[in-house]
Amino acid sequence: MTTRTMPRPAVAPDRSAPDALVLRPGAMTRGRAAGYPRRREGPAKLTGAAKYTDDLVFPGAWYGATIRSTEARARLLAVELDPDVDWSGVVVVTAADIPGENLVASIKEDQPVLVPVGGEIRHHSEPVALLAGPDQATVRRLKSRIRLVTEPLPPIFDPEASDHIFAACDIGRGDVEAAFAGADLVLEGEYRVGHQEQLYIENNAMIAVPGEAGEMAVHGSLQCPYYVHRAMKKTLGLTSSQARVVQAETGGGFGGKEEYPSIIALHAALLAKKCGRAVRMIYDRHEDLAATTKRHPAIVRHRTAARTDGTLLAMDIEVVMDGGAYCTLTPVVLSRGALHAGGPYRCPNVRIRARATRTNTPPNGAFRGFGAPQTEFAMETHLNRLADRLGLSPAEIRRRNAYVLGDVTPTGQVLRESVAAIEVLGLAVEASEFERVRAATARAAAERRGSGTVPVSPLRSGAARTASGIGLALAWHGAGFTGSGEVQIGSVAAVELTGDGRVRVLVAATEMGQGTSTIFPIMVSGELGIAAEAVEMAPVDTAFVPDSGPTVASRTAMVVGGLCIEAARRLRAEVEGRNDGRPFSEVYGADAATHGATRIEQHFEPYPGISFDDATYRGDAYPAFGWAACVARVDVDLDTAEVAVRDVVAVDDVGKVIHPILCEGQVEGGTLQAVGYATIEEIKLEDGRYLNDRLATYLIPTALDAPAMMTILVEAPFSGAPHGAKGVGELPMDVGAPAVIAAIHDAVGVWITELPATPERILAALHAQGGDGQAGAAAAADRGRDAE
Amino acid sequence: MSRVRFLVNGTPTELEVPGMRRLLDVLREDLGLTGTKEGCGEGECGACSVLLDGQVVDSCLVPMSQVDGRIVRTVEGLALAARERGTLDTLQDAFLTFGAAQCGICTPGMLMAARAYLDAGGGPESDAIREAIAGNLCRCTGYQKIVEAIAAVAAGDVG
Repeated sequence: MTTRTMPRPAVAPDRSAPDALVLRPGAMTRGRAAGYPRRREGPAKLTGAAKYTDDLVFPGAWYGATIRSTEARARLLAVELDPDVDWSGVVVVTAADIPGENLVASIKEDQPVLVPVGGEIRHHSEPVALLAGPDQATVRRLKSRIRLVTEPLPPIFDPEASDHIFAACDIGRGDVEAAFAGADLVLEGEYRVGHQEQLYIENNAMIAVPGEAGEMAVHGSLQCPYYVHRAMKKTLGLTSSQARVVQAETGGGFGGKEEYPSIIALHAALLAKKCGRAVRMIYDRHEDLAATTKRHPAIVRHRTAARTDGTLLAMDIEVVMDGGAYCTLTPVVLSRGALHAGGPYRCPNVRIRARATRTNTPPNGAFRGFGAPQTEFAMETHLNRLADRLGLSPAEIRRRNAYVLGDVTPTGQVLRESVAAIEVLGLAVEASEFERVRAATARAAAERRGSGTVPVSPLRSGAARTASGIGLALAWHGAGFTGSGEVQIGSVAAVELTGDGRVRVLVAATEMGQGTSTIFPIMVSGELGIAAEAVEMAPVDTAFVPDSGPTVASRTAMVVGGLCIEAARRLRAEVEGRNDGRPFSEVYGADAATHGATRIEQHFEPYPGISFDDATYRGDAYPAFGWAACVARVDVDLDTAEVAVRDVVAVDDVGKVIHPILCEGQVEGGTLQAVGYATIEEIKLEDGRYLNDRLATYLIPTALDAPAMMTILVEAPFSGAPHGAKGVGELPMDVGAPAVIAAIHDAVGVWITELPATPERILAALHAQGGDGQAGAAAAADRGRDAE
Repeated sequence: MSRVRFLVNGTPTELEVPGMRRLLDVLREDLGLTGTKEGCGEGECGACSVLLDGQVVDSCLVPMSQVDGRIVRTVEGLALAARERGTLDTLQDAFLTFGAAQCGICTPGMLMAARAYLDAGGGPESDAIREAIAGNLCRCTGYQKIVEAIAAVAAGDVG
């Protein structure tokens, strides 16, 4: 294999980010990999040696199970154990067994660990009691002999009908109504998105191991060790040193293992405490799908004023999110959703009103993108409709409105640096040959027009079996925590030169496939002037690593990585300072032998000049933004209205690429999750219960459903991070779905305003537009028309 | 209970097990071969894929009564010879080079599906590779780098 240097052609469009670099994809992918270390834990994963939670063996461990509600809302009157059964060989835990507070530590702390007798069951599959026994057969048999006595209460499923508001915010700038009065065009639209399941392939899993003096350790699949740690202290009444959280190899998270593992750890620990031995709480797929968090459903309404040249004059946006039965992280999800609702577009008059309410479905929580994919789907689809109405290219309307340096966001944030919207847009348009392909799909539609409909076929009007379309979307994603979140968390990371001369990184940032364990050694070794292979990662165990914050919000490379770089710089300075200025790489072994261990802890310092008022929603909502453009091409079957996403060009500005292969992998994986969101992923509900709570019925894309993907990485660095990184994980999730929806419109002429774009919805939209198959075909051919 | 004799990664194995016990559980619990993963337990995700007489199967759907007299190959046996030299086999190495494994939980099953495809003479064509791994779900990669890795091995373009 040949090693090639990374190509870094500078791209310097007008008014945008003159410091941006572009990494193009394609033939050099493997060559680029050659210059970088391979995934650190890769060999263990590839040989089957990596130990995920369910692979861990604790001799004598019992098996735990959760007894759950079968109603969406009810009063719990009693938990009854069948008197005809011998319960002596197992343990049963109810709320009465909880030594500390019966609340899962979170933002509002409204969620009980177990519903107490007399308390209210607020969703289907809510945990009520726990059971553990020496073997799975016993546990399965006895689980069905525990009966919940309840009194039904009326449930609420419509988030707009609920008067319990978890969170609300109001963001405003300019005079919206005055702008509407003077507009050439006003366009209204309503957009809806449903639940989406994270669907990590490894289900949730926790094993609790009690100590001899009241300590409790949990080993599990999780993103945020210190979230679990805090929850254990609160509910089990433990001190910081008595509670211990150890991350096992984690088979994907995507937000689904951000807050929910806390309650599973508590359940396992309560059982372990009661039976005095280790307890395995390993969810199967059905339980994981039925009970754990999903992406928040949302309703987003837009009213937009524009000039005939496409210039945005005013945006009035209403966002309603369905929080489900408990608050979890909903206020932060809503906040990010609202802050991204206006998209990456300059607009002098903006009003964004957002609220999230309580309903009687399982709680919704974190999922890659964290509120932004919902609102950006609405914004992008609305803008594409506006372009369609005005006869403008989707690329052109974005060029006229996308943020450039110096623009001001709805919160009053001045975009002072690292703005690459125009760049990612231009690269995506160029690489996909967007305008040429769009002209070709228009010609194909014109040829279909007027040739008569094939009998019984709703769409076909000729020999062609499919119609092709191309669609474009643009997005921004706030880097790291929203508002003052990072300041409040106050993360700490450490780099240590151990007494025996090894360099070690100590962080609570978890590896769950995204590459944490590989990129930290790259960053730290670069500062120390040693090989990446010489830098170790300490195991993620709260007994050893400091709280560097949760592994969320695409903050790992940017924030925690930044702390590690600063710590490494200080370590290098200290060691070189006491060794006559000789390079760290030459002296660190001898230095350790002489001086013993040197541990440098780096505490988060607020980014200079960045401030946000969480109460008024004014100021710098994020220290910087990442920018992404996506072009998707689809084929729509003219008989069945099935959508095949053929290929995607994804362009993502991540500030700084730490490892090209891993970074591309984030973009590709996120893009496919967005394609699934757009086309097939849907939860059906009946009386508050998820109907498709199995993998046979909740579908995610297979290799055959996945488009060919081309990724272009852009680097417009953020000056507040020592390396310039802005994060990558969530960006692609924001932009894929609206690109696919735009491509479907380009193919068959209807706007799908509710995700996913199932064949049923596409056919319904065609019928709504045309009344029957004949008219539908005519409508399909008439690409200029709107569906509203 | 029935007596089942079979070869696992070349090792003759004889067990007294319930005939309906899942091959997956025997591998993971009785033989300690935890490289094979359970993702759904109903044959949808392919995380538990192993080779049975060279054919890729979901081991969560295979009762032990069907394993008698047969040859089972798991991820642990993929590179037995290579691992003794402390390295990965060609396919595993390509997965690592191309970034085809992220969280790794689908990887053992994905490798087995890919191995069956390559052993059957599969070529580097993307469509054929996608068809061959369509029974193995991955939520991390978008499949792009998995397809590239398998294609490189099929084309002999590795190492």
